[in-house]
Amino acid sequence: MFTGASQFAFIGVVGAGGSAWAGAATAALLGTRNALYGLRLSSLLDLRSWRLPVSAHFVIDETTAMTIARDKPADSRIAYWATAIALFSLWNLGTLIGALATQALPDPKALGLDAAPPAAFLALLAPRLRAREPLAVAVAAALIALVALPFVPTGVPLLIVAAAVLLYGIRPR
Amino acid sequence: MIWTALLVASAACYAIKLAGLSLPQRFLAGPRVQRIIPLLPVALLAALVATQTFATGRHLVLDVRAAALVVAGVAVLLRAPFLVVVIAGAATAALLRLVL
Repeated sequence: MFTGASQFAFIGVVGAGGSAWAGAATAALLGTRNALYGLRLSSLLDLRSWRLPVSAHFVIDETTAMTIARDKPADSRIAYWATAIALFSLWNLGTLIGALATQALPDPKALGLDAAPPAAFLALLAPRLRAREPLAVAVAAALIALVALPFVPTGVPLLIVAAAVLLYGIRPR
Repeated sequence: MIWTALLVASAACYAIKLAGLSLPQRFLAGPRVQRIIPLLPVALLAALVATQTFATGRHLVLDVRAAALVVAGVAVLLRAPFLVVVIAGAATAALLRLVL
């Protein structure tokens, strides 16, 4: 799995005591936006033969942003692969360092590490809130999740929120 | 089981990307799909912020994490980089636990 928000979400649900499958479903739902990114990228990248399955792994927020910002297809491809290689190597190196370093920590709460994931989710969320509709959806989603939380297994509030978005999106207008 | 779920989620995340690159445009070009897909991360991330801040297990709680979220929010408004936002949140919770 190489898509940051999904990785954070999986570990967030499992870390809070939720089922691994609720974490998996949330991670996959968060990854659906990458399909739209793929749609934008398919006309810009060279996807013949083996390049298609390899390129697919690196379709994320950052590579898409860097690629569609170029004017010429040749520049787009360079931007895609430069961003992909830099992010993939540094992201996974950082993950490895984090995994090894936390083994040495006696009490993660004393370092405030339980407050780090919400801050990270907020930082991922903020750039998507620049219009009225997403802002309203975000507030409603937070409220729905908190109202549902005491009554359903951990992790399930996220799936309820996803279902609510589907209902909201398919309604006739 | 956690590793099985992780492998399934990883396969799903990869399949979604592959589908986006290889499916004909019309499959994802419907107005409803175009509306729903960008709203999913917004809603799920907001729900994650709320549940990871105001709950422990299945209990709603108000503790130092709420203050940490406010500080992280200020950092976001000041356009601080991702890592600074995360560290600001964690440091706030750590400091408040030390003081209180």
